[in-house]
Amino acid sequence: MSRRIDNHITWDTFSQGLWRDNPVFVMLLGMCPVLAVTNSATNALAMGLATTFVLLASGGLISLIARFIPRQVRIATYIIIIATFVTMVDYVIQAISLDLYNALGAFIQLIVVNCIILGRAEAYASRHRPLNTLVNALGMGLGFTFALLCLGVVRELLGAGSLFGYDLFGPRFQPWVVMVLPAGGFLVLGAWLLLFDWLKERRDLTRC
Amino acid sequence: MSTPMAQPRAPSTAMILVLTGIAMLSGLLVVFTDQFTRPYIEENQRQAIEAAVNKVIPGSVAHKQFLLAGGKLQPVVKGAKGQVIHAGYDRDGKLLGIAAETGAQGYAGMIYLLYGYDPACECIRGIKVLKMAETPGLGDKIMSDPDFQANFKQLDARLNPEHTALIQPIVTVKHGSKQEAWEIDAISGATISSKAVGRALNASAQKLLPQLLPLIPQLEEQGQ
Amino acid sequence: MHADSLGFIFLNTVLANNFVLAMFLGLCPFLGVSGKLNTAIPMGIATSFVMLVSSISAYAVNLALVALDIEFLRLIAYIAIIASAVQLVEMTLKKYSPTLFRSLGIFLPLITTNCAILGLALFQTFKDYDFAQSVTYALGAGTGFTLAIALMAGLREKLSLSRLPSITQGAALSLMLGGLLSLSFMGFAGLGGGH
Repeated sequence: MSRRIDNHITWDTFSQGLWRDNPVFVMLLGMCPVLAVTNSATNALAMGLATTFVLLASGGLISLIARFIPRQVRIATYIIIIATFVTMVDYVIQAISLDLYNALGAFIQLIVVNCIILGRAEAYASRHRPLNTLVNALGMGLGFTFALLCLGVVRELLGAGSLFGYDLFGPRFQPWVVMVLPAGGFLVLGAWLLLFDWLKERRDLTRC
Repeated sequence: MSTPMAQPRAPSTAMILVLTGIAMLSGLLVVFTDQFTRPYIEENQRQAIEAAVNKVIPGSVAHKQFLLAGGKLQPVVKGAKGQVIHAGYDRDGKLLGIAAETGAQGYAGMIYLLYGYDPACECIRGIKVLKMAETPGLGDKIMSDPDFQANFKQLDARLNPEHTALIQPIVTVKHGSKQEAWEIDAISGATISSKAVGRALNASAQKLLPQLLPLIPQLEEQGQ
Repeated sequence: MHADSLGFIFLNTVLANNFVLAMFLGLCPFLGVSGKLNTAIPMGIATSFVMLVSSISAYAVNLALVALDIEFLRLIAYIAIIASAVQLVEMTLKKYSPTLFRSLGIFLPLITTNCAILGLALFQTFKDYDFAQSVTYALGAGTGFTLAIALMAGLREKLSLSRLPSITQGAALSLMLGGLLSLSFMGFAGLGGGH
């Protein structure tokens, strides 16, 4: 039996995605939505929560039925399951708020091809019990949301002078338009990665 | 997987069974979600259109949608070809204006907008940008800039006596040089986006208004 | 140029609305396979080919979906088409160019989860493009992707020869480069808008 069953749910099951293996900052997965919809904190939060839901739902279902799926068709099955939940999220967001739906555009449907979800399905959900998978997926989803917020908050604050749509700096503030443009996404994510790499290097140095 | 060789190959019937089962399950879930959310989505879309029409036909309380095709008014049906127009009426059923959609290529993509035409003053009474991808902080001022919006309080759109075209085409002029009632004062720093708005209005007005004018009495009757 | 004309669609997708640099689609290969010019270009071409095949199939499938009034299955149908298109490219390459097949290695199946492909299929549907426009759109997107990934690979090849602080040698530097490329591509915005 190749399936390794690890029944213990530890703090690490949850926190793995939150920090140590953060999907964006450490694994560099799912970059498209990270850069595309983080021009405001609201969009970032909505995208993060939508992705978390898909991670939870598809992970739960896959770990439930993984033992019945023949190896050869597993990827196809996973993709169908993921696409189903994404379609559901797509309709639900449309029903909640049309403005939000228009702001996120096609990127809700593009959650299907977010490498994190298929990656977690293959690497974790198919080998663990549903409960472990749910806890781990929640951690991953929140880690992803955290990363999106890191970008969204910086970009909205500098690019529009507001946070979640509330004006913070008053009319005298000259916004850094570049931050809400595509180039700003690349630069801000690059800056965050630099910061984390620098922190890591300092920690490694002090340890020696 | 760690030991792919040791695992026996699953029979193809199992594969087909699993795939069919999953496909049916996912179909069921999607259909269920579609059924459940459809009324909410339609209500949202209706409200969005309502709000936009309200803005471009000031003072209107009731709206009716028609399809303008082949010089005749028709009820709107899904998939039919033609221009959709929204007629706005006040509380007494008097026709206040007609709203229509138009669009033009802006700086970073298409700009789509709704504009309201008032047959009483033969002018455009308001515009609302429906969709655009203009540069934030520059081109997107066409949505918010109060001076730019003021251009459309009463923008001249009179037809020539033969009712074939506008007497004066609607044009966008450089910031601060607007003199005539049919000119749009561009936003400084967002000239391309402002010009796109002018082009979109001119193209639609030149084409739509000659068709619309003979139908005004019909539209007025609809309000009663 | 008119906004619906084929030439405009092509130029606009290659330059002004470049899939990678302006719309953030297909970033995984853009960051992952852009280390060397001689793998970046074949990757770009393979992706372009998958784009073309899936664009045509998506156009046909969408016609069927609309005719049957089952548009809510669009996403699932598209992803199935793309997976098959990737298989097709893989088999073709294996048969006619085994060397290229080996050098692209694991990146070929990963094209399936390249959001540029699904994005292309979805955008052409949202924009209501007809057949010729869809094909042009796909060609433009593929060319734009190849251009972006080749530029990036060229920059990174040069940079690998220069001395850099250790923390900037990872993905952070690639992202900064992407930001600069994206800024310079912004200069193309407004193409066709100012007439």
